[in-house]
Amino acid sequence: MSSHVTTAATPSVWEGGRSPYATNSKKFGMWLFIASDSLTFSALLFAYTFSRVANPNWPRPFHFSPSIIFSTVMTFCLLSSSLTMVMAVHAMNHGERKKAAAWIFATIGGGLAFVVLHLSEWMNLINNEHVSPSSNPWGVPLFGGTFFGLTGLHMTHVLIGVIYLGIIAQGIMRGKFKAEDVEVSGLYWHFVDLVWMFIFPLVYLMSVSG
Amino acid sequence: MSTHAVVVEEGHGASAITFTKVWIGLLCLTGIEVFLAYEQAPVLIMLTALLGLSVIKAALIIAYFMHLKFERLSLFLTLWPFTVFCIILMLIFLGDAIRVPAMRPPL
Repeated sequence: MSSHVTTAATPSVWEGGRSPYATNSKKFGMWLFIASDSLTFSALLFAYTFSRVANPNWPRPFHFSPSIIFSTVMTFCLLSSSLTMVMAVHAMNHGERKKAAAWIFATIGGGLAFVVLHLSEWMNLINNEHVSPSSNPWGVPLFGGTFFGLTGLHMTHVLIGVIYLGIIAQGIMRGKFKAEDVEVSGLYWHFVDLVWMFIFPLVYLMSVSG
Repeated sequence: MSTHAVVVEEGHGASAITFTKVWIGLLCLTGIEVFLAYEQAPVLIMLTALLGLSVIKAALIIAYFMHLKFERLSLFLTLWPFTVFCIILMLIFLGDAIRVPAMRPPL
């Protein structure tokens, strides 16, 4: 028994050696995905910033009410959903599966609220400000292209996250997933929140109409 | 059971109260950002302040919500320095963005 414990604690090189990161492969895989996806979003944010700096007459279509108030509430939804997600991971680590599933459903609720508010904000821009991905009244077509591209990709990530979390919550209730699976899904969800922390100020708050 | 709970708490580093404090901190920082937008501060000051606040918010999310503060240093060193370096490299294009309006032929 004692010899077994010693072997498990320090596996030989032929057994893979000691894990340099002390983490499981799923979590490490998600971290690598997050690193690569953060470069994708950075490139899009830089494209938006480039277009903005290169066009002195860049439009500022976001009125404080309703656009900024809406996007602030959207930020609140995402931040709160991150808190509920971390609570889900915390509950799962303590073996409280039902509680974890309930927290994940709360997270899904926050994500869906974000998507609904975001779509209504898009509709406001399309119907009232006459902005489309290829044209707008200010004659700067790049605005629509970069704005809808950036926020659309983020919204797609949120929707994928909602589906992912739905699958995880269902699995937890059926006794299928482990704590590490919830933690990995949590990493994805927090990343979606993290990206919004840059989109919200750079796209919305920097373009409040005077 | 109590020993198990202690082990789990140590392994994951933070308590529910800490997470709630971080959440409140993030909401406060967001409130400051919205206030700056409402006051319509000059563009350069606004950009610097908003980017600074965003980086602080991102660091809080990565450290606490994503648990990176409680992971091994090797994981952080493998993932983030090169990512941040690549992001900073993208700044090289912004010089062109500043030159473009001056180079545009008059209509």
